[in-house]
Amino acid sequence: MKTFPTSDPAIPSPEPGILPLELIGAGLIRDGKRVLKDLNCRIEDGAGGQIADRPAKTFIIGPNGAGKTLFLKLCHGLIQPDEGEVRWHGPAANDGARIKQRQAMVFQRPVLLRRTAWENINFVLKIRGVARAERADRCADLLQQTGLGRHASTQARALSFGEQQRLALARALALDPEILFLDEPTASLDPASAHLVEDLIDQAVASGMKIVMSSHDLGQAKRLADEVIFIHRGRIKERAAAPTFCNRPENDLARDFLEGKLLWWRRRSVYEDGEEQCC
Amino acid sequence: MEAFLDAFAAALGLIASGDRDLIRIILLSLKVSLSAVCIAALIGIPLGGLIALSRFPGRQALIVMFNALMGLPPVVVGLMVYVVLSRSGPFGVLNLLFTPTAMIIAQVILVLPIIVSLTRQTLHSLWLEYRETLQSVAATPAQCLAAVLWDGRFMLITAVLVGFGRAIAEVGAVMIVGGNIDNVTRVMTTAIALEASKGDLALALGLGFILLMISMALNIIAHGLTAFGEPESRS
Repeated sequence: MKTFPTSDPAIPSPEPGILPLELIGAGLIRDGKRVLKDLNCRIEDGAGGQIADRPAKTFIIGPNGAGKTLFLKLCHGLIQPDEGEVRWHGPAANDGARIKQRQAMVFQRPVLLRRTAWENINFVLKIRGVARAERADRCADLLQQTGLGRHASTQARALSFGEQQRLALARALALDPEILFLDEPTASLDPASAHLVEDLIDQAVASGMKIVMSSHDLGQAKRLADEVIFIHRGRIKERAAAPTFCNRPENDLARDFLEGKLLWWRRRSVYEDGEEQCC
Repeated sequence: MEAFLDAFAAALGLIASGDRDLIRIILLSLKVSLSAVCIAALIGIPLGGLIALSRFPGRQALIVMFNALMGLPPVVVGLMVYVVLSRSGPFGVLNLLFTPTAMIIAQVILVLPIIVSLTRQTLHSLWLEYRETLQSVAATPAQCLAAVLWDGRFMLITAVLVGFGRAIAEVGAVMIVGGNIDNVTRVMTTAIALEASKGDLALALGLGFILLMISMALNIIAHGLTAFGEPESRS
């Protein structure tokens, strides 16, 4: 059984990549308010977690309403910045279609097609033009790998929430993306399901995938993250290697967040922030 | 009460014996209504899909118009089609008045807004739900439309069944444009109206019984399709 392509950072990928990704002064305005502000960061290829200064798993951490989901959607291209720009720098960065095809995203609430689990994965493979025979093999492998082998012919919406989330992850992995955006994929999952998802993430990283994942689960960040970007009220407040962030955060808000002391009046949602009126 | 029971027994006798008049009227009703619904579905489903998934000037006005037309009075539709197809009307030369074709045209006008509105509503809800996921996997607009149509197929069939229910049970428009001519344009609803006015309750009740069964069968199919298309999550 082989689902994730094995990769050696020393061997260049045969397909031209799109990473690094760079946000240059990117901002987002909703209802006259800046909900994301002056985002500047560069996200490098993870190199399969083999190179020390190339984090393979970047965690976006912050309280509820900080703008983590919007940040991911902005990076993924689902929403366009109202200020600044989102730019890809890889060899395939000038190919718009390729940029879309080399990334995938799993949403916090899995949206599955009204089809069986098998058909949900088959659908994305078909979109990518994978041959019918190969599609069958890959669907079976991915379902097996995500622990859904016996649910292949079950309607996706009849699965439990945890199974639906795993299916959404399997569907994203089927696209074999260069960068995978995960929006709190283990929120609302029981520990066993969360553990399985974390294992799948590690396997994806080992195959050379770059992971950018939002979470407010600090334990998970400590276990999984290579680096952390801390967002508060739509701004990047701190970016550091995971151990540094977890043990010695420089930013006061990050320290308060880690200590569970980020009070409600300092944690206002990006949508409730009246001080950052725009226009 | 006795007269009613006698009429009811006679109606069941007509159904059981496969009375030729009864069968002819039923077949013409099905031919007219199925034709009208097929034509309305061929126009209405793509039109509803277009309104649901695209943005263009006048879209909201179109939505309001089709929603309003769902309650179009059949008699008014019959009258309009009558005027247009009458000898002095713009399409009088086609000699379509008092033919099954005129009845089909009237029923298409009645059913089309129902299919367009229900299709738009169904596909719009699905599109809102699927949009980000489909965009995320880089599906083309054609692939998005195909996915939404396929996944909404049970609800679309339900919309078509609702349209068929409206067509088969309609009396005002087909009476005006068809004329209720024996062997030519007499359908179940117009025959019921005529036989009831003549006092021949047996045939009227027999036809009414079959109309009720068709209506119940449609509801059962629609309910089954909706339940099949929306399985419940285990948690």
